[in-house]
Amino acid sequence: MHSEAAIREPLILGHKTYHDITNDIVGPIENKAPKGWYILMGIASLIAAYGTGCILYLISKGIGAWGLNKTVDWAWDITNFVWWVGIGHAGTLISAVLLLFRQKWRMAINRSAEAMTIFAVIMAATFPGIHMGRIWMSYWVLPLPNQFGSLWVNFNSPLLWDVFAISTYFSVSLVFWYIGLIPDFATIRDKVAKPGMKKVYGILSFGWTGNAKAWTRFEEVSLVLAGIATPLVFSVHSVVSFDFATSVIPGWHTTIFPPYFVSGAVFSGFAMVQTLLLILRKVMHLEAYITRKHVEYMNIVIIVTGSIVGVAYITELFISWYSGVEYESYAFINRATGPYWWAYWSMMTCNVISPQLFWFKKLRTNLAFTFFMSIIVNIGMWFERFVIIVTSLHRDYLPSSWSMFHPTWVDVGVFLGTIGIFFTLYLLFARYFPVLALNEVKSILKVSGESYKKEAAHHHHH
Amino acid sequence: MANKVIYAVYEDPEQLKDGARKLVSNGIRVKDVYSPFPVHGLDPIIGVKRTRLAIAAFMFGITGTCLALLGIWYFNIFDWPMNIGGKPSQALYKNLPAFIPVTFEFTVLCAAHGMSITYLIRNKTLPGMPARNPDPRSTDDKFIIEVRTADNHGHSAEAISGLLRTTPVFEINERQY
Repeated sequence: MHSEAAIREPLILGHKTYHDITNDIVGPIENKAPKGWYILMGIASLIAAYGTGCILYLISKGIGAWGLNKTVDWAWDITNFVWWVGIGHAGTLISAVLLLFRQKWRMAINRSAEAMTIFAVIMAATFPGIHMGRIWMSYWVLPLPNQFGSLWVNFNSPLLWDVFAISTYFSVSLVFWYIGLIPDFATIRDKVAKPGMKKVYGILSFGWTGNAKAWTRFEEVSLVLAGIATPLVFSVHSVVSFDFATSVIPGWHTTIFPPYFVSGAVFSGFAMVQTLLLILRKVMHLEAYITRKHVEYMNIVIIVTGSIVGVAYITELFISWYSGVEYESYAFINRATGPYWWAYWSMMTCNVISPQLFWFKKLRTNLAFTFFMSIIVNIGMWFERFVIIVTSLHRDYLPSSWSMFHPTWVDVGVFLGTIGIFFTLYLLFARYFPVLALNEVKSILKVSGESYKKEAAHHHHH
Repeated sequence: MANKVIYAVYEDPEQLKDGARKLVSNGIRVKDVYSPFPVHGLDPIIGVKRTRLAIAAFMFGITGTCLALLGIWYFNIFDWPMNIGGKPSQALYKNLPAFIPVTFEFTVLCAAHGMSITYLIRNKTLPGMPARNPDPRSTDDKFIIEVRTADNHGHSAEAISGLLRTTPVFEINERQY
């Protein structure tokens, strides 16, 4: 059997058997939910209901209900879109890229991170949808012949690339997630006693049998899907950045955008994973599986990607001066010292300075501090998109059309609403779905489990 | 003689592999193995061939690439060329850089979904399909070898069970079928 160096920290704490893992994960699904779940669900669904109301109001009134004006014609809508897509990136990174690198610590967190990805992408896709104003015409983005003559969509446009990128990303992530869930649904099917639940999980498990050939195929599908999801995840945020980079707006028209956006996406995605997992492990008692070491690994990803983002900010600033392009330099001077200076410096503080604190081992292994930082990073990354979008637009080439952006209650309501819907979906997932990839965690138990490692080390010494 | 099916239940994947090795080296054919997670190194022992799903994925992907390029050529070059920003759509190869993102995404879309659908069909895992694992514990913590007497004419059920008992087996169940 494959064995692991004793010096590596265990990924499953205490003494667990395969059966314990099943019980720890399936138990909460079978039993009544804790009171905390109902309280959180109540709050999240209230916010979700308010947000849905705001979206319906927006659709009935038109996007004039937002604070957009003719100078700042993209603001919170696209900020929220990019923010949510970015958050979605961590799930695929964990399940695909870390699978290719054979990182065993991904196994305890990939299921919930992928769920987060799927819900975040749904929230992201909401924004271009409602931004169309007439959402019932949204099928016009597809290459369909129409009654106005055979005018087709424009395949040269990054906005159309986005349609293909986001829909491919969403559907492939969903399928990848579901294929991993099938064997775990089968475990629930075979374990639960209530006939109603047995029936439902029986349908969800698609009749999974777990024979040798099925597992061989399962591993092949996981590997190949990971292989193609890896360039996919990088392409998605690159394409999102093309929405800006291919236009001739100062502050947007830069070749640095694709890698800068992708690392920003991973940075914010991991922060959101931390926010969710630190709550989940406490509420669902998963401390043995989602350990301090897992949190530390994710914090290391946050330092690396946060530092890449920091270098990108400084490079942008330098190039705007070095290029000698007057408009470009003005855009950046205006960002740092203009009327939106507070947004720029919030972004700089949250994204560049604060993650550097994770160089201290004491801080990156401290759970309360990590939770606090995960919120800070998500605020910072929201400001990053706001700064890029609004500060570049609000002072355009004609000083006579300079203006500011003032969000209305609908802007705020729709944004809060998506957070509410996101948490509602996530709480439903945590209640009814296996929150850990049971089959994957079991497969590393005897290699990375604490008691098994100790036993192996003991044998080694005598 | 009635055909019998023997289920040897193990508690550990390594022990299961020892059991399977013992059976195969005595000329007994293993019908199948059921486990809660993939048991690495088992396939060569019991003679499970490598899956060709990756080849299928490649085929689906290539199909996607061709369909995307054909479609884009038809929509934007042949049927209704558009002149946007003084950059007319003249020929596929001239506009190709702008067409790469959609071609790439469509390739991934076809490869991923084509492969996933093939996987579900080949595994007979589709909504409403019945579960065929012989023991509900095989999705929890037990690893089960299935041997059929019909596949092993030279060996009696007793002899197979006896051989299995020399391995660290947890329990042995025999059933008529």
